[in-house]
This record gives sequence, C-alpha cells and structure tokens, in this order.
Amino acid sequence: MSSLTSVIPKLYQEYTTKTSKKLKIIDAYLLYVFLTAVIQFVYCCLVGTFPFNSFLSGFISTVSCFVLGVCLRLQVNPENKNEFQGLSAERGFADFIFAHLVLHIVVINFIG
Amino acid sequence: MPSAATENKANVPKKGIFNNTTGFSTLITVTVLSLAWLAGFASRLFAVIRFESIIHEFDPWFNYRSTAYMVQHGFYNFLNWFDERAWYPLGRIVGGTVYPGLMITSGTIHWILHTLNIPIHIRDICVFLAPVFSGLTAIATYLLTSELWSRGAGLFAACFIAIIPGYSSRSVAGSYDNEGIAIFALQFTYYLWLKSIKSGSIFWSICTALSYFYMVSAWGGYVFIINLIPLHVFVLLIMGRFSQRLFVSYSVFYIVGLLLSMQIPFVGFQPIRTSEHMAASGVFALLMAIGALKYLHSLNPKGQWKQLLILGGLVAAVTVFLAVVLLTYMGIIAPWSGRFYSLWDTGYAKIHIPIIASVSEHQPTTWSSFFFDLHVLVCTFPVGLWYCIKNVNDERVFVALYALSAVYFAGVMVRLMLTLTPVVCVLAGIAFSILLDLVLREDETPAPTQESDDKNLYDKAGKLKKRTPEPVGETGLGMNVRSGTLIAFMILLMLFSVHCTWATSNAYSSPSIVLASYGNDGSRKILDDFREAYGWLSQNTAEDARVMSWWDYGYQIAGMGNRTTLVDNNTWNNSHIALVGKAMASNETAAYNIMTMLDVDYVLVIFGGAIGYSGDDINKFIWMVRIAEGEHPKDIHEADYFTERGEYRIDSEASKTMLNSLMYKLSYYRYDSGGSPPGFDRTRGALPGLRGFKLTYLEEAYTTEHWLVRIYRVKKPDEFNRPRLPLAKRTIQTSNVMSKKLAVDIGHMTSKRRKGALKNKPILVKGKKVTKLD
Repeated sequence: MSSLTSVIPKLYQEYTTKTSKKLKIIDAYLLYVFLTAVIQFVYCCLVGTFPFNSFLSGFISTVSCFVLGVCLRLQVNPENKNEFQGLSAERGFADFIFAHLVLHIVVINFIG
Repeated sequence: MPSAATENKANVPKKGIFNNTTGFSTLITVTVLSLAWLAGFASRLFAVIRFESIIHEFDPWFNYRSTAYMVQHGFYNFLNWFDERAWYPLGRIVGGTVYPGLMITSGTIHWILHTLNIPIHIRDICVFLAPVFSGLTAIATYLLTSELWSRGAGLFAACFIAIIPGYSSRSVAGSYDNEGIAIFALQFTYYLWLKSIKSGSIFWSICTALSYFYMVSAWGGYVFIINLIPLHVFVLLIMGRFSQRLFVSYSVFYIVGLLLSMQIPFVGFQPIRTSEHMAASGVFALLMAIGALKYLHSLNPKGQWKQLLILGGLVAAVTVFLAVVLLTYMGIIAPWSGRFYSLWDTGYAKIHIPIIASVSEHQPTTWSSFFFDLHVLVCTFPVGLWYCIKNVNDERVFVALYALSAVYFAGVMVRLMLTLTPVVCVLAGIAFSILLDLVLREDETPAPTQESDDKNLYDKAGKLKKRTPEPVGETGLGMNVRSGTLIAFMILLMLFSVHCTWATSNAYSSPSIVLASYGNDGSRKILDDFREAYGWLSQNTAEDARVMSWWDYGYQIAGMGNRTTLVDNNTWNNSHIALVGKAMASNETAAYNIMTMLDVDYVLVIFGGAIGYSGDDINKFIWMVRIAEGEHPKDIHEADYFTERGEYRIDSEASKTMLNSLMYKLSYYRYDSGGSPPGFDRTRGALPGLRGFKLTYLEEAYTTEHWLVRIYRVKKPDEFNRPRLPLAKRTIQTSNVMSKKLAVDIGHMTSKRRKGALKNKPILVKGKKVTKLD
C-alpha cells in the first residue's frame, strides 16, 4: 500500500514531464468525456432508464467518444510510430473525424 | 458450366509464371475473379433453365412477399407493417420480427434499375439476387485469403467458393433467402476485421462495424461474428499478443458495432441483454483494463509492474465474468435461448423444443453430407489449417479459430454447414496454393538447368558431372514425382468441379414447389400441384378465408394463395402451432371444436401417396403429435399413434387413434389412385387401413391432379345437418365407428334429425332450428 502511495506522485510527475502538449489536450478531452459518461450513468441510476434507447445512445456515444479519443491518442503518440506503420497523425485525425461522422449519424437516429 | 469452372482453375497456376509483372498478375486476378463470378452465376441457374424463374421452397416466399410489399408501399410502411393475414387471429408485426437486409438490398437494386429506366419486375431481382451475390462472396473470399496468405491462394479460394455445393445449396437462383447475402457479408466482415487488425486504423474498424451492421440486418447468424471476433481477441490476449493495433481495432469495432446492431428493430436491445452477446462486452472490458495497465506500465516501466499487470488483468477478467453471471441471475441479462443451447447439448432440442428438432435442417450432420457438400476440400483443408498454425501470426490465429468453431457447429446442425463452407474454401485454397508453389516453382528453376544439361551433353560430356547432382540435391523431388503430383491434383480439381456442377444440378436446384418426375424413357413430367392448389385458393375462396395447414405451408399459402393462415414458418408462437397440431391429431369431432374456435374455413393437407412424394403431411404427422403433446399432454399421447410394437404405420395394423385422426382422414378420404390395388399408398408402400369412410364436419373442396394437395372446406354449424341425413341411415346399416361417435356427441340433434329424415325437408327450417339451439 505504501509503495502504491509513493508510486502515484511519481507517476504524476512522469506524466507532466514526459507527455507532449498535444497529448495533454487530448487527455483533457478524454477526461471531459469520461466525466460526461459518469454523470449520465449516475443520472440513470438515480432517475431510471425510462427512454432506454435515449440513455443507451447517450451513454454509448460518450463511451465511443472516449474510445475513439484513446485510439487517436495512441496513433498520434510518436512513441507508437512503429506500432502503427503507414498511419500518420493526420491520417489518424481524418479517421477520427470519419468515425465520429458515422457514430453521430447513428446516435441521432437512435436517440429518438 | 463445368468447362468454365475448370477453365478458371486452369488459370490459377499460370499466375506463378507471370509472378514478377504486376500488370499480368492484376490481369489474371481480374480474369479469374470474373470467370469465377460467371461460373458461380451460371451453375446456379439450373433451376431457372429446368423449371422457370420462380421463388423456391418456403421461407423465400415470405421474403418475396415482404419485398413486394416494401416495393409497393415504401420502406416506412414496411417497417410498420402489421400482417393480419398471418397467425390468425394474432397477426404478426412483420417490420419488428424480420431481418430487413435482404428486402432492402433487393428493394435498392429495384429502385436503382427503375431510376435508370430499366423496368424489371421485383420477382426477377429476387430470383437472381443470390447467384449475383455468390460472385461478391467469391471476391470477398479472395480478399480474405489474400490477407491471410497470398493472392494465389485467394484465387483458389474464390474459385472454390463460387461453385462449392455447400454454398450453392443456399444460393441457387430462386432461393431468395437471408443466407444468400449473409455469407457475403460474413466473409467481407472478416476480411475487414483482418485488415483493421493488421493496420490498426480506425477507418478499417469502422468499415468492419458497418459491414457487421449489414450482416446483422441480413441474418441471425451475425451472432457467430460477434462471438468469433471476441474469441479471437481473447485468444490473442492469452497468447501474449496484445498490441495497440488490436486495442484500436477491437474497441472501435465493438462499440460502434454495438450501437449499429441495435438499429435493427428485430435485434433491439438484445446486444446488451442476452448472454449470446455478453462475451463481446466482457472482452471489451478486459481489453480496456489491459490497455490502461499497459499505459501505466509505459509511464513507469519497472519490474513490479509486470506482476501487477497480470494480477490486474486477472482481476478484471474475473470481475467481468462475475458481473455477467450475477446480472444473469438477477434477470437483467437473459440466459441462452433454446436455439443456442441446443448447439451445446445436441439432445436438448429433442427433449425440450420439438419444434426445433422437427426441422430437418436442424438435425446433426452425417459424414456423407460433409463429403457431398465439400468434396475434396474436406480432405485438403486441414493441410491449410496446419500451415496456418505452423506459420502463425495474428490473422492466422483468427482463421484457425474460425475453422475449429465452424467445424464444430457444422457437426451439430446440417444448416450450419453453410458457415463451414467459406473457411474450408479459404484453407483449401491455401493448401492448394502451397502445393502448387512447391511443385511449380521447383519445376521452373531446375527445368532450364536440365535443358542446358541436355545441351551440355551434346557439347561436353565432362561438365555433366558437375551440374547434375546440384538440382537433384536441391529439390529432393524428381521430375516424375512433381508432374505426377501436378496431374493428380489437376484431376482432383476437375473431379471437384464436375461433382460441384452435378450436386448443384441434381440435389439443390429443385424449386420444391414444382416437382419433376422422370418416366422410364427419360421423359420429364412436371407436377405443378402446389401452384394449382394455391391458385384455386386465390380464385375460389373468399378474400378473408382462413386456411389451416401445417406450418410448413404457411408462407406459401400467404405468398401464392394470398389467404390468411393460422401458422407459418416463422414459428414464433409454439402454443398456436401446438393447437393446429392438436386439431390435426384429434378425431374429427374434437378437431371440429378447435377449428370453429380458430375460425377455420379451409383445411389444406399435402398427400404424397399417389405419386410417392415423401415430404408429405403423413410423414410429418408424428412431429405434429409431438408438438401437440408438448402443449396438451392430457389430450394427445404420442404412443397412441404407434402400433403396439412401436411402429408407425398407416395400414390395417395401425392404431385406432391414428386411423381416426383428422390428418389421416383428410389424407385418405376418397383416395383411389396410385398403383395396382386402387388406393395404394406409394410413399408408405401400404394399403391404408381405413377406407371408404365419410367425413362429417368437412367436405372436400378441391384435390389437385396428382392428389398432392387436398383442400377441405369446414362446414358451418348449420350445414352439417344435410349430410347427416344419409349418414344417419348408414349408422343403421354398417354401425360405423365414426357415426356412433357423432350420435353420442350431438345426440339431441340427431334424434330430431331422425324424425325429420323421413322426408327431405326444406333446408331453411333446419337452419332455423340450429340457430335456435345455438
């Protein structure tokens, strides 16, 4: 337990020094999306899931925004260059936009 | 057609010769694929050539009917379509209980062609949809195999799938069913999945999800995809092959695919509510957890993290599993449905759900049908599998899992042979490509050396000693062995294509609503009894007449006869089917009560005794009894319908319950055709046990030319007074079993009738009396 408490500040320090600004912006976006999902989930637990499709589309849309953001972050990160060969950061962003287009057309259709 | 098939296979080995030039290889690829498309299309046309451009069998009739409805009334009306002509008196919400992909596909083609001013009838589109899609399947298989192995293997696989009987059994012209387009969607989804896992690009994952959406809209077999892909990911995780590409492709595919699959009204909220879909979400959660741990690990890479990683992964897996189990127990997630459960426990359906077990395509597969449907490929595909496992990478793990699971499912159910066929083609393509690589490549290199050796032989005999040992040592295969192997496999492939054409033509190209019989001199006779009967129904009965038949014929009566049916091939309501089964299995009086309860106007039975047609209702009768017994165990007992020795017979030794059942009577009423003693049943090879009887509550309305379809009209309560007059006389003369029963049942009325039987009274008066009684 003590090692865990000592590790956390160290992690934070590593994060602030090692991560580039671009990635930090994405991380802020991820945090925002994550909090939105949490709020929706809490709301659904408190109030109920009555229009179930609306809840699902809202919740799944935030989850997928999060997932897509994480994927974008992975592809943009220069450390992962050899993992994603042939995928530039621009290509990654274009894919991200395309995925969001598809996703939100479906969400609008489903939210009712 | 066989020549076209062999032709394109002969083209494949040529690829090796032009391997170095991309232009040639592209040309050959395009040629082979288009020839495969053509061969596949052509070999599926036997039914159209022999018979006519007609929709086949049972389910296609419903698909055709709803496609026609959609084309006529528009897409939104189709989605909201409440069909009051089916499942009388319940009706069926068609839009919400159907996979609309098939209808939308052909509706779109119809719309495009009409926009281009090509006036084609929707029926022709429906008939030729499956053959056209077989070409697309071939292309998808080519892409999949080239992603897995090489383009040469892809061409082989494309040629195989184009003509293989296991696939053409479901996609001949006129077989307008979900599977026809679903196999294309299946292969294409798998191709895109492999593509996305290779590249790690969001774009390909989204494409996978979209293709998966098409599959969901087309066929219930999409569950196979949504379980196989997570299984692949899970196995990769266990093998320690986690990569960020895997993370990207699966998480994007899963979440978008989940949302997309819920857009189909029939699927609805199932993807988050049923156990069949839970594996996918479990793997998603696991992947998320592993991804997070890996990220933390990358921030601070030190020794202790490795243990934490493994521990965290295990904890995540166990938590997910427990959560699913808990939710299942709490009833939030529905447990496995019976249809899926019967995949694991093959005896389950026979005991618990006779309606599933009664369908012949749900029976376990026999060994011979493996060979019949796949021919030589069933022997060669393990070779491809072995090579895939030997040179393993992320994609080949997938195809190995695909092959293993498909082999299992194909063994459980004949129908799932369809999912095995594509992977067998892929792996056999790989095997053949490896073989030809081995035989031909070595053939090329030593061939010039040997030629030069020959020349050298003329020039200088001394150099021979140096050169000859080299090629022999290199290859290890003699020229004879190589050419022998080559010729043997070419012959095998030719036999394969001959077998495919033969099987497609003889076994799978029968429309089954038009039958053909062959005389001794080889002449062909068309038996068009089904359409004769349905045509009679549509012309001679009231618009809203309700026709009772066994569920097999529900779609056909609705599609061709355009009349209301009680049960049909949708089989969603077991108790309703059981009620019809009970009516068929009871004696005439009890059946009449059920039939009046259900407002039946006509009863339709299929009787094959006159022409020896084995798929008739008497042969299916025991299933009606079983299904009825499942719901009404007090009234129907299966054992009553067998003889004392447990035999199922219809001749004089048959049990009394059998002889008095409605189905028996409707089949053999007035039957005097079929063979030397008139009234001989050719299908069962026996003389019916009860003959020359009369019907009380029904009257024969129509019987087709070869006795195949018999339609009876159910009398109204005020009507069966009239025939009871002569019947009352017969009671005195012969003391028939049946008329005794009548006398007991409506004793009060009979006694009155006897008084009136002295003279032929006007019918009007009788009618009055009955209405009074009612």
